[in-house]
Amino acid sequence: MSVGTTAVGWDAEPSGQHEPRAGTGAWRARHPLAVFVLRRVAVGLLLLFALSVLVFLGTQILPGDAAASILGRNATPRALAIMNRTLGLDKPLITRYGLWISGILHGDLGRSLVSGEPVSSIIGYRIVNTLILAGTASIIMIPLAVALGVLAGRKPGGAVDNVVSSGSLAMIAVPEFILGTLLIYLLAVQLHWLPAVSVVLSGGPLTNPKILVLPVLTLVIVGSAYIIRMVRAGIGEVMRSDYIEMARLNGVPERRIVLRHALRNALAPTVQVIALTLQWLVGGLFIVETVFAYPGIGAELVQAVIARDIPVVQSVALLTAAVYIGINILADVLIVLLVPKLRTAA
Amino acid sequence: MNGEPLRAGPGPVLQVSDLRIELGNGLPVVEDVDLSLTRGRILGIVGESGSGKTTTALALLGYTRPGARLAAGSVVVGGRELTGRPEAELRQLRGTLVSYVPQDPGTALNPSMRIGVQLAEVLRAHSLSATDQEIRTALGRVLLPDDVEFARRFPHQLSGGQQQRVAIAMALVCQPSLVVMDEPTTGLDVVTQASVLAEVRRLRDQLGLAIVYVSHNLAVIAELADELAVMYAGRIVEQGPTAEVLSTPRHPYSRGLVASIPDFLERQQLRGIPGVAVGIESRPPGCAFAPRCPQRVAACEEAVPALTAIPGGRLVRCIEWQRTPPLAPVPPQPAGLQALGPAPLLEVRSLRAVHRSRVSEVVAAAGVSFSVAAGETVALVGESGSGKTTIGRCISGLHRPAAGQILLDGKVLAADASARPREARRRIQIIFQNPYDSLNPKHRVLDEIARPAQLLLGLSRTAAEGNARALLERVQLSPGIGRRFPAELSGGERQRVAIARALSAQPSLLICDEITSALDVSVQATVLEVLAQLQADLGLAVLFISHDLGVVASIAGRVLVLESGVVREHGSLDAVLGAPRHDYTRRLIGAAPRLGQPAPGGPMAAGARAADDPGPEPVR
Amino acid sequence: MIAVGQRLGAQRRLRFARSWSGRIGLALTVSVVAVAAFGPLFAPHAPTALVGPAYAAPTGQFPLGTDELGRDVLSRVLDGGRSVIGYALLATALAYVVGAGIGLVAGYTRSLADPALMRLMDVLLAFPPFLLLLVLTTGFGSSPAVLVLGVMSIHVPGIARIIRAATIETRGRGYVEAAAARGESRRAILLREILPNITGTVVADAAPRLTVSILLVASLNFLGLGVQPPNADWALMISENRPGMTIQPWCVAVPALLIIGLTVGVNLLADAVARARGTSIDEELVRR
Repeated sequence: MSVGTTAVGWDAEPSGQHEPRAGTGAWRARHPLAVFVLRRVAVGLLLLFALSVLVFLGTQILPGDAAASILGRNATPRALAIMNRTLGLDKPLITRYGLWISGILHGDLGRSLVSGEPVSSIIGYRIVNTLILAGTASIIMIPLAVALGVLAGRKPGGAVDNVVSSGSLAMIAVPEFILGTLLIYLLAVQLHWLPAVSVVLSGGPLTNPKILVLPVLTLVIVGSAYIIRMVRAGIGEVMRSDYIEMARLNGVPERRIVLRHALRNALAPTVQVIALTLQWLVGGLFIVETVFAYPGIGAELVQAVIARDIPVVQSVALLTAAVYIGINILADVLIVLLVPKLRTAA
Repeated sequence: MNGEPLRAGPGPVLQVSDLRIELGNGLPVVEDVDLSLTRGRILGIVGESGSGKTTTALALLGYTRPGARLAAGSVVVGGRELTGRPEAELRQLRGTLVSYVPQDPGTALNPSMRIGVQLAEVLRAHSLSATDQEIRTALGRVLLPDDVEFARRFPHQLSGGQQQRVAIAMALVCQPSLVVMDEPTTGLDVVTQASVLAEVRRLRDQLGLAIVYVSHNLAVIAELADELAVMYAGRIVEQGPTAEVLSTPRHPYSRGLVASIPDFLERQQLRGIPGVAVGIESRPPGCAFAPRCPQRVAACEEAVPALTAIPGGRLVRCIEWQRTPPLAPVPPQPAGLQALGPAPLLEVRSLRAVHRSRVSEVVAAAGVSFSVAAGETVALVGESGSGKTTIGRCISGLHRPAAGQILLDGKVLAADASARPREARRRIQIIFQNPYDSLNPKHRVLDEIARPAQLLLGLSRTAAEGNARALLERVQLSPGIGRRFPAELSGGERQRVAIARALSAQPSLLICDEITSALDVSVQATVLEVLAQLQADLGLAVLFISHDLGVVASIAGRVLVLESGVVREHGSLDAVLGAPRHDYTRRLIGAAPRLGQPAPGGPMAAGARAADDPGPEPVR
Repeated sequence: MIAVGQRLGAQRRLRFARSWSGRIGLALTVSVVAVAAFGPLFAPHAPTALVGPAYAAPTGQFPLGTDELGRDVLSRVLDGGRSVIGYALLATALAYVVGAGIGLVAGYTRSLADPALMRLMDVLLAFPPFLLLLVLTTGFGSSPAVLVLGVMSIHVPGIARIIRAATIETRGRGYVEAAAARGESRRAILLREILPNITGTVVADAAPRLTVSILLVASLNFLGLGVQPPNADWALMISENRPGMTIQPWCVAVPALLIIGLTVGVNLLADAVARARGTSIDEELVRR
């Protein structure tokens, strides 16, 4: 880095280079961050594409029982052949994949093998319900757990740390379905405080918020444990670093050290932790919604898997993968923005 | 606390008595330490690894690292007792009364804070005003650019030398009376080091600071300190005015230390100190140095000697100090002065080597040519980034050159070691810098040494092991070491094992890549002694790569000076060091610290203005 | 004295916590594994035999009562651990064999094989883990084989990445370069110099990974997509007997407690092992 560059380094030119080329070259040199984001998104799309291939192969590589599962075991071979043709299952794999992808790009997600309904209408309102569940859980869990993690991490071995550390270590080991079942037993069955299942006649969780409580509680308990442990580790590592010792030797008060000197270096790891937890959340929704029979997309997927309802499985899987990748991209971009070393090198 | 003046009045700025610092289990890290220092003086604390000098330095701020505690004694700075004070009060005094400059500014500066803000933080912590003007003054005080743009930089956007100056600026910003500097020039190249040292002297002279400078490098201390305290095994073993302690050391350890320091103008045979410094757990009951001391008597092992006053305002912790012989430097007899034959053993022709990364290409060697004859010692000298290590790696087949040839006995060698015939691989061996990396932690020492003989000489396992035992003796290690794992050995012992391993297949050329740069100076001398002996016995040719002119001067016959991949000068040792022709060589010689007189065109001349400091270091 | 005393006290408390949590972890793990491994030998009845009325309360003959179909809960409990632990162990072990192989090769070679392999791993890693299991189950059916291969595929990319990183780090060490300079074969370098020095990484990584495997296997079994009825499996038992939870809690509580005992135990152990090495399992968590 040559002397005379600005702190942000955005117009740093490596010495010996010519003036920026006209057009995109110049734009690229002036907006390295935008270039980074675009590149990251492009990679993400490529990844999504690769995952769609995986999903397709995973569900369809074995010649389908699809026809059999619709018509039942006693269908005649002829009926099966006709059904196969109707479903387009007699075409080669690549063609089927192409048809599927082009359908998605036009908004057509196919039809359920079980009910015949368009997939988009089946999952439409369920997506909303799942978002409400995930959103509520995240809003509660992230601030709470990050705060607890910071409190525990800044004084390793302290009273707060011991309690928090042991507790979280135990909680991350408990499978969500067991915790959910236990909560049902305690709160719904024994104490009758809350409904055991989320059977909703109409309106969804917004009109019956009680059905949210248990699933959210389950997700919050386990998710918080993850966040707490990882934030605690991150803060602990920062507090052990040389520059924090140096701040103490310079006479900076401890509280100021934690708030102004340490935390800003823990931001990037914390963003990573939150991203990882959100990804875990995506995975955990399947089980939690099933345990509580919550009308969300996760439960729908599990039903579809049991019923071998391939179009539904494919669509939900692709959607989930897209969200998963999106979280990664968001986290990467945030981290580059937050870490000065990366920001100036971008 | 409020209202007490923070500036020291007349009288000693620092007064330490009976300092004792212990680990949690009661073992002393530092004990029986007395120090004093007045304004405008520099006190040097010298010691090798494990001597306790950093622990002592931190204690001068009333600070101990987790796991250690200040068990006894007092530290009085500017008239204020630091021991026994609650942490809150100590915090107020740190930075304002006494401050600290750390060894590695790269990790000691907060990577997410602009340097102007970091300076302001120190001011604000002591409720002092932190205006832009103050920051500019702070930066200007250490000769850094005082414009807004510079203050807005992050630490990673500064060079090593600039980072160190920022660290010094932070230590000075609240105008303390005492500054403790802990090896602040370690890791900086020689020219930058010289400019930082000039800075330290200026601070003493112009600001009247009292400075405690901790280092393992006696040559640096010699140029800087007015008084000197030598530490060994947690105790001060000798103390006094620098010039006198260094010219007539009274304690056997100090004497051994001075005798092991390489000097490139007054060359001497380097003598190491036999034995190994022991860790805290295994310190003997009497004098800690006794097991290694050539002058010991029975009484030395019974009780720890007290620090006694001797003529000249000096203190020595030795009951036999009067028997300490004066320094008698012996001119070196390097084995590799003369070639053993007419034709060159190794020839390097127009070597060009690059390091390619995703964004750029760094030239490590550009058109380098030289030769090494059988039995000769040739040194490659240069700063970090000069390409000397890369050249060594090309010769041993670890780095593919972009152009040029390497010939062994007239035959061109393949670029990759794996493509070379067995004979070629056998005859060229390389030893690396890092002793903690050079041996496989999972292999016993004997197996490690035996392996090359098995692979390259085709020896059976038993024959190779017998061979290995003989080699252990040659490098002056006890045969019992063969059974141990590297983790149980010290740095110097590990390097000697690495040498034994390199010799296992009976090579003709040994490439030594900064093999002693990571070792304590007395350990370095032992390793070099061993190397010289081996060379004489076996008629080895040695290509010695180093940045240390003094070390090079004690063993080399011919020298090549490298700068950024280009050979600036080459010739016999006397010619290059005595009558350097190229400007770069002269700068190197001028900047290198020495024990005795400053070299002509010494550090004062070589000290560059901070703004001229080069940008962040290029890739090696 | 300075407030270093406080710090020392905190250090001592830390050590104390470390030691008892590790011991509890070991005790828990060993007990549950013992039940799973040796349980079938002590089962009084056949796990699939119908021996009584459904959801009967515990009696002398059926110490834990009966389940939804009238089978002896105790026998099913004693029999049901092997599928959870066994498949998790198998899947993790297989994942190490495959993943370490990929990681070693990718880490040591300087050819295009490295980026190619790692891009492949990246794709797998981008897949939400549990979703992969569900997708595979849709396509290939619900069976223990799919379960094991699916869990294995989830772990392989993470292991490959970690082993590759460790290999690259070890590759730069002096002793490896010395071996290369004397012309050791690639195989010799990988097996003699590099591999023995990454076992530490493997051990540290293995324990938390095993917990993840157990959780995945149990979750899939719970959904009925792994082990199939009428086999006895702790997780499957929980889902089968949930409707009767209020009448007869034992048939849900006991397998649940056993699973929790196992996962918490392995986690505590993993943490104690990691702390002995100076690190913590949280770093493994982050790395997946």
